[in-house]
Amino acid sequence: MAEQVLTELRTTHSEATGLRSIATDFSSDRQAFRNVSWGKAMMWIFLLSDTFVFSCFLISYMTARMSTTVPWPNPSEVFALTIGGTSLPLILIAIMTFVLISSSGTMAMAVNFGYRRDRRKTAVLMLVTALLGATFVGMQAFEWTKLIHEGVRPWGNPWGAAQFGSSFFMITGFHGTHVSFGVLFLLVIARKVWRGDYDHERRGFFTSRKGRYESVEIMGLYWHFVDLVWVFIFAFFYLW
Amino acid sequence: MAHSATHAQGQQHPIKLYLVVWAWLFILSACSYFVDYFQLQGLLRYSLIILFMLLKAGLIVAVFMHMAWERLSLVYAILVPISAVLVFVAIMVLESDYTLLSRIAFFGSGS
Repeated sequence: MAEQVLTELRTTHSEATGLRSIATDFSSDRQAFRNVSWGKAMMWIFLLSDTFVFSCFLISYMTARMSTTVPWPNPSEVFALTIGGTSLPLILIAIMTFVLISSSGTMAMAVNFGYRRDRRKTAVLMLVTALLGATFVGMQAFEWTKLIHEGVRPWGNPWGAAQFGSSFFMITGFHGTHVSFGVLFLLVIARKVWRGDYDHERRGFFTSRKGRYESVEIMGLYWHFVDLVWVFIFAFFYLW
Repeated sequence: MAHSATHAQGQQHPIKLYLVVWAWLFILSACSYFVDYFQLQGLLRYSLIILFMLLKAGLIVAVFMHMAWERLSLVYAILVPISAVLVFVAIMVLESDYTLLSRIAFFGSGS
């Protein structure tokens, strides 16, 4: 009898859906999010905190731009490039966006092949992702150099509101730093995948925990987040 | 261990799904680029930019970051705090309007 009740309880517990599943998760004596590993939960919590940091930057940019009485430079013209004699508005930013989206695509496929335990394809796709990420940072370096040559500084610029410079360097700089660290992170995990660490459950050098292919997914969460932030920067900074 | 057994499966989805999402991200980015290229202005411009932005963000989070398949409690733990950001945005929009009015009133159109 007691056993039957227990089994029934257990089935309702595992089959809980909707709000009930939230209640069972948070009241469970195991871990907060059932079937979500700590590694993944912690990466999400880190990304949530990062969301707040980027939000504060974008909101302060918005506040500066909306409250200044001086005209704001037109990003469409500022970020135009002259290719073959014609001036294309925002072309560099468009290419950067496509490069970053492509890197997100290859990353998503790397995660997929990781769970299929296809060591080589996973590692190669991660290296392609890292290469696209490095390309993005390179183009950003070019963009910065060009603007610095044109006289943009954190305290001013030739076309209007001084806050344009500080917002630009802060927001794109912080995002570029994220991409750079992401490339580093990608190379570290790609090396582990290539070496077969996740097939042989080799223990990590720093944590001495057994590696799993889930690390590729956790790494992917970080990478997709960087792409996600760029979606907002693209819309608010370059298209507004 | 049932726990690691469920994880060995991981997020198994057909590659085609990722390729479709990837293609959509390209299309949506191209759309937002053309909003600028054709110099659309006013309400149309802003609503299109925000629409494409939210669609792209939604696709990335739901499919690439696998949120569509995560526990509901994890989803809520992430999405509910973000709504606080929207409140912050609303506050700062009001605040910047007020600052702009004060600047115009006290400094003319100087700074």
